[in-house]
Amino acid sequence: MDGLENPVVIEYEPIQHDVLVIGAGGAGLRAAIEARAHGASVGLVCKSLLGKAHTVMAEGGIAASLANVDDRDDWMVHFADTMRGGQYLNNSRMAELHAREAPARVRELEAWGALFDRAVDGRILQRNFGGHAYPRLAHVGDRTGLEMIRTLQDYAVHQGIDDHMECAVIELLTDGDRVVGAFAFDRDRGTFKVFHAKAVVLATGGVGKAFRITSNSWEYTGDGHALAYRAGAALIDMEFVQFHPTGMVWPPSVAGILVTEGVRGEGGVLRNSRGERFMFGDIPPLYRNSTADSEEEGWRYTQGDKDARRPPELLTRDHVARCIVREIKEGRGSPHGGVFLDIAWIKERLPNAAEHIKRKLPSMYHQFKELAGIDITEQPMEVGPTTHYVMGGVRVDADSQMSDVPGLFAAGECAGGLHGANRLGGNSLSDLLVFGKRAGEYAARFARENAGGQISADQVAEVARVALEPFDRGVDAESAENPFAIQHDLQDLMQEQVGIVRNERDLQDALEAIDRLRDRTGRVAVSGNREYNPGWHTALDLRNLLTFSEVIARAALERQESRGAHTRLDFPDKDETYGKLIIAIRRDADGGLTVSREPTAPISDELQQIIDARK
Amino acid sequence: MAKATFRIWRGKADSGEFRDYNCEISEGMVVLDAVHKIQAEQASDLAVRWNCKAGKCGSCSAEINGSPRLLCMTRLDQLPLDKPITIEPMQAFPVVKDLVTDVSWNFEVKKRIKQFAPRPADAEDGTWRILQRDVDRVQEFRKCIECFLCQDVCHVLREHHLHDQFIGPRFLVYAAALEMHPLDTENRVGELRETDGIGYCNITKCCTNVCPEHITITDNAIIPLKERVVDEFYDPLRKIFRVFQK
Repeated sequence: MDGLENPVVIEYEPIQHDVLVIGAGGAGLRAAIEARAHGASVGLVCKSLLGKAHTVMAEGGIAASLANVDDRDDWMVHFADTMRGGQYLNNSRMAELHAREAPARVRELEAWGALFDRAVDGRILQRNFGGHAYPRLAHVGDRTGLEMIRTLQDYAVHQGIDDHMECAVIELLTDGDRVVGAFAFDRDRGTFKVFHAKAVVLATGGVGKAFRITSNSWEYTGDGHALAYRAGAALIDMEFVQFHPTGMVWPPSVAGILVTEGVRGEGGVLRNSRGERFMFGDIPPLYRNSTADSEEEGWRYTQGDKDARRPPELLTRDHVARCIVREIKEGRGSPHGGVFLDIAWIKERLPNAAEHIKRKLPSMYHQFKELAGIDITEQPMEVGPTTHYVMGGVRVDADSQMSDVPGLFAAGECAGGLHGANRLGGNSLSDLLVFGKRAGEYAARFARENAGGQISADQVAEVARVALEPFDRGVDAESAENPFAIQHDLQDLMQEQVGIVRNERDLQDALEAIDRLRDRTGRVAVSGNREYNPGWHTALDLRNLLTFSEVIARAALERQESRGAHTRLDFPDKDETYGKLIIAIRRDADGGLTVSREPTAPISDELQQIIDARK
Repeated sequence: MAKATFRIWRGKADSGEFRDYNCEISEGMVVLDAVHKIQAEQASDLAVRWNCKAGKCGSCSAEINGSPRLLCMTRLDQLPLDKPITIEPMQAFPVVKDLVTDVSWNFEVKKRIKQFAPRPADAEDGTWRILQRDVDRVQEFRKCIECFLCQDVCHVLREHHLHDQFIGPRFLVYAAALEMHPLDTENRVGELRETDGIGYCNITKCCTNVCPEHITITDNAIIPLKERVVDEFYDPLRKIFRVFQK
């Protein structure tokens, strides 16, 4: 049963697909749909049940220049906003494709049954969000992610895609330098599956579960990042981890749960313990011309006045998060270590404000009511930064989404390049759709044009052996380690030393601590059998968590400046040396880790002109 | 720090038992926090399904002191802590292990329901014009997080096990969202009556009461669908009309 009696013979279920998609959130579902539409046989691996992936938690909306609410918007403005938000480290071709194709991807969702909130003329309504020049986010109240994943899921189940629910990939299988499949296990039964595929799409999302305070679900253990790295692909921009400025801070057990930026888009304001709108006090030069200079003007902006400029609460997430941390550190925080986010105040301006808040922000209303006992139509919320998103990921070709490893594609959060040093809110859901579709299309093409490689029995046997090791070590042995304890220690470490503010000493210490955690992981023991065993699942997650945690720390050490989401106390300013450099990390032939500084992807004259015209 | 006792069902489909776990509790804790703490400190192989821990994904459905709830949205300060808190898996589905049930039947049912089929686009650019007031009703149904607590509490499934004849409240809501979708052109009323078993529902509203998204399942989804079935199949004028058609 446990594979212990006869460790030499590895039992597994062999499964064959043209295209294997790993991850079933927005990017994975969209990739699977597209690969299938191009005639490929498609397998879709989801770590949880279909429709539960992290996309479901996205709240604010999908950024696309539909120009339904403000006809001055177009793809070029969206492109320029995205590049400015990313401090120009973005891959400009990806940012171009994203801005150009997002509107069509949103309309396609409507054709598949999504029901967005409507503008008065019956078109899709769009809302304001940080860093976007015009109201640009198609949304459904504050549950846009749910609408998106359900629409994709309900469409996908009629397309002839084979889903493999509650199944997790442990390792990619390679033949020479190309990917030929994946070794996975069924979480319910604990049995192994070997997928043989001509092309593999990674759509595994982010890395938030390496941090203590996070808005991310348990699935965010950086599987795609770590799998790709071990298969030889380069990871880029890994020093850029986005801390969303507004997560819940109280009660402790719910700390980190997201409070949507939509609260600020609807007129919510940030105040410190003295009641000051502290965001007015620190507006970065890049945004000075486009930010309101009075509370009055900011309010008019949130209510759709096209002549007004946005309030400073809607500056980019990296900046808002840093300002909140400053207020807290300097003693102007709220009682539970955050700041105040107040939407209730709009009753001074709007009739029926309470009803308006409940209609525009229903999930927030319920979340605070049920988890914190706070009525947000009456009282301010307490909020603070929470680990939310990783800008970095697998380096991919902008058009095809293929990584450095032939046959291996990546899309969505686990791919790097689109967002540069900081992602704008709303650009994630559009990223999933635009590049999920592209990855699916090009993976299907790759599968058509390339024969499948060979799966190595030796590699399969070795992966299985390592996966089962935690059962072989007795939990009662003195050296035995508890997998949950190691994960908790890693979360504390990353939160404190590789978190929102960093310095060289902390990062060096963190790297040594990660090595020690890796040693401890080598002694992890679990009890019970292989059937739905969370202890074993956590033991298997540790390898990926430690892999990308080290990558993040190494990248953060290499970038000796502060830019976007990456803040170094020992290098507090932007340094133009790094303004056109990205940090790439890959595994070398000996299994060691190589860090390199590389120039940002070249930008075309046309795109440079678009940026310059809007600087 | 205060302590509480959690009486958790451990076992598989064929056998199992309740086991007591003592656990320290702190302010604001939800039941899922306690289960995780027990898992980390006392029973690493205790199986529980969860994802977001924010009431948005609908994974951690179980029964707390006998009522179907989300583990992540049930605060300990709302429960009596002077006696053990019982936590057990949903009763309407087969147990996989401990608190985890096999809900795959729900995914099969959904595939049977005719998919969305929009009318031709209203505008030349391929888009539609829809008013917010025509969307409100369906948006309520689309709040569903597929936690299947409504399926769990429904006596047709829970006690009578008519899974092969009745699709349950979740999929009546799903069918209602499609039937009342302003763009949809498909007709699902025949199936609702014949294969989906809408007649089994005797509107006791148990489903509405357990819905964590507060969807008024019975009044807004099921009763209007029942009316459509009656209109289409039992309206005397239509009956006569059908006779003449034949």
